[in-house]
Amino acid sequence: MADYSLRLNGATRKVSSVAPDTPLLYVLRNDLELNGPKFGCGLAQCGACTVLIDGKSVRSCSVPVSAAAEGAITTLEGLGTIEKLHPLQRAFIEEQACQCGYCSNGMIMAAKALLDGNPRPSEVEIKQALNGHLCRCASHNRIVRAVQRAAKEMA
Amino acid sequence: MKPSLSRRGFLKSGGALVISFSLAHDAFGQAKPAPLPGSLNNNRMLDSWLRIDADGTVTVFTGKIELGQGIGTALAQIAADELDVDLKRIRIVYGDTALTPNEGQTAGSQSVEQSGTAVRFACAEARDILVNAAAAKLGVAAIAVTVKDGTCVTADGKSAAYWDLVGDAKLKREARASVKPKPASEHKWVGRSILRRDIPKKMTGGAAYVQDVRLPGMVFGRVVRPPSPGAQLAAFDEAAVKRMPGVIAVVRDGNFLGVAARREEQAINARLALKRSAKWTETESLPPSGDGLYEHLMTKAKSIDSVVDEKTSATAPPAAKTLNATYTRPFQVHGSIGPSCAVAQWREGKLTVWTHSQGVYPLRGDLAKVFATDPANVHCIHAEGAGCYGHNGADDVALDAALVARATGGRPVKLQWMRDDEFQWEPYGSAMVVKLSGGLDAQGKVISWTHEVWSHPHNNRPGAAGGVNLLASWHLAKPSKAPFPVDPPQPAGGADRNSIPLYDFPNQKVVKHFLPEMPLRTSALRTLGAYANVFALESFIDELALAAGADPVEFRLRHLKDPRARAVIEAAAQRAGWQPNAKGDGARGRGFAFAKYKNLACYVAVVADVEVDRASGKVRVTRAVSAVDAGQIVNPDGVVNQIEGGIIQSASWTLMESVGYDRTRVSTRSWADYPIIHFEDVPQVEVVLLDHPEDRFHGVGEGSQGPAAAAIANAIANATGKRLRALPFAPERVKQALA
Repeated sequence: MADYSLRLNGATRKVSSVAPDTPLLYVLRNDLELNGPKFGCGLAQCGACTVLIDGKSVRSCSVPVSAAAEGAITTLEGLGTIEKLHPLQRAFIEEQACQCGYCSNGMIMAAKALLDGNPRPSEVEIKQALNGHLCRCASHNRIVRAVQRAAKEMA
Repeated sequence: MKPSLSRRGFLKSGGALVISFSLAHDAFGQAKPAPLPGSLNNNRMLDSWLRIDADGTVTVFTGKIELGQGIGTALAQIAADELDVDLKRIRIVYGDTALTPNEGQTAGSQSVEQSGTAVRFACAEARDILVNAAAAKLGVAAIAVTVKDGTCVTADGKSAAYWDLVGDAKLKREARASVKPKPASEHKWVGRSILRRDIPKKMTGGAAYVQDVRLPGMVFGRVVRPPSPGAQLAAFDEAAVKRMPGVIAVVRDGNFLGVAARREEQAINARLALKRSAKWTETESLPPSGDGLYEHLMTKAKSIDSVVDEKTSATAPPAAKTLNATYTRPFQVHGSIGPSCAVAQWREGKLTVWTHSQGVYPLRGDLAKVFATDPANVHCIHAEGAGCYGHNGADDVALDAALVARATGGRPVKLQWMRDDEFQWEPYGSAMVVKLSGGLDAQGKVISWTHEVWSHPHNNRPGAAGGVNLLASWHLAKPSKAPFPVDPPQPAGGADRNSIPLYDFPNQKVVKHFLPEMPLRTSALRTLGAYANVFALESFIDELALAAGADPVEFRLRHLKDPRARAVIEAAAQRAGWQPNAKGDGARGRGFAFAKYKNLACYVAVVADVEVDRASGKVRVTRAVSAVDAGQIVNPDGVVNQIEGGIIQSASWTLMESVGYDRTRVSTRSWADYPIIHFEDVPQVEVVLLDHPEDRFHGVGEGSQGPAAAAIANAIANATGKRLRALPFAPERVKQALA
């Protein structure tokens, strides 16, 4: 068991008495009570748990907290709030880009990583960037449109 | 997510118009009451549907649940229109056994139809009561009052708001449905693509799901399922697991094994240790897989046979040409992205469960049976889960959480299934065989048609008589009995849903072989039997059209009188730019299909364009065009969203999906074993809506899956000249067919 200071969404958050190999996901959800990252498969196959570490999109179900503590972590909550939405969040709402919304966290976070590196992605590039993220309600086309919309707003 | 208020607390909160809540209709000694519209019929008190508060809000109570289909938004639109209040004033309370009407299951694409109709009539009647109360207060005739956002105004400027009428207007009475709802021309909210109210919190990390419920002192649970159906737990190392960090309880009851720990990852580690130490006795209980399955279903499985529909014509000529074909569908999963989850807590013999079950009341009943307690001691509260496409593990996990929570000394337990629990133990969509025969006369008209379907049950939900439909209950030392499965009867049907052709054929016979024994457990997956029946029926129509030398669209219209069916077929063909008799080029092709869901709900036609890579056998759907008649449309974008999602999900089912197993175990455990459609393979989808504001609501959640499957099959046949009849059209199978 160990204590960690996590650089999370621009602040420092302390967590104590956590086993070093604890997947970051459970620390975020249970110790820090964040809802953004979701448990989907625990196998890095679906993308529902995606967060950014140093700007890179990673599967928090498969990253030990000890490793995550070395970087700066951004979660969905770090992008914006209902009162002050990030353009991606606003675009997902405007495009009604979900049914159940359980995968949306991963979609938005992967899109954030994409747009940070490529502010004007083509449709093909968006699909490539999101291809490893599963959506079962099949809102894929709306998600692509939302990313395009956000890219336009942010340009 | 904070836990909901208790019923008493809820009803105490603020000066409410409705001071007590009437759930049941008291019909003692009375004649059978007159039927009321929608779910009002079974929940007849007005105040069980809405409440008006002094703080200027309206609370609508629905027994249905939000599962991402946007029901809360649609109900708010309906209520706002009938009451003449702003949409922002409407609050929705979903399925809660202490607060809301009992509307059974949220299923069958019937939420708007049943709950929406009830809310519409209840709100129309409530408005009338409120307007009369205002008129009396203001000393004018009711007819002299107009309502603006809940404020009743007279011509000379006097006013009384709904929220000022607390105590004057009596909603605690039985609904009469005597006030006519507004005509569509007076709707301000219904018919508009209002943004869904559940989405903003989902996009910003708000507490939106049962997974986000956090209670004081809560601990985490996991289950260890048997490795195969029927497996018996012989031994496991309880002591070693109990010594693991954070473990609070190991629960073993017969073949049920579960664990609770302080931290979630500790529960997961303990589950793994239990799994590794457990010794099970397994048996070969599963049917053959591959093609052998279908032979087994048709010849070996115990069958209850019935003639679903039969008509004969004395005047029709004998067939000039007869075709026969057999179509198959494998076992398929719901595959929600988030595994099933529940939070359960025992306090003084009473159980509270937060659940994403589709039916909080039926779940309560089954939980009460398992724990041999009065249903009044069980409180089920809806909290959303990940995408729900029918009867998945939502109910089962509620029992799992309740079983583990018995061992945590009153501490609430959040229990989520792991991915492999979901893949191996959720109820599947049944494997099915559909055998069709059709006769053409010399003019190319179908004169005879037979449809035979073999299927396991599609409806094994909690709430059935004669047993308990919860997985763990069958594994306990004193197991519950599963109720004998019943297939939903026609006209909606279950295994035989959409098996009766909507086309006009002079001779037809539809036979159902219902296979009640389920070596692999099956239950409701979106559309029940309609996906396979429509896939087969609409594929076979194309085969007959080809044999008759007719264009598939024209051939359908040739046999259809229903003007609304014809309208969606024509609209889809027109939007897609359908070219009669166009042939595919070996790789690219186009297919058409149509159905009226359940033969009594929405009409959906689909045109699919495909590209077949002959070398690899991979099929891609590049574009789908759909026309939909859903009667009166509450939220057009909501309908489009359902149709788009239905078509793409069906493309995934149709091209990729089947559960793997051997004679003992299910081998499908992760997304690696069960690939679903990815972004790069998703077709563009265009949807044309044909609105019928004069009509009732028809659900759309399940209207497009069957037509999409057949349109894809027909497009592949159009592209390659090869007819595929065995789902899914996975690359190996396509490659083989084209070889």
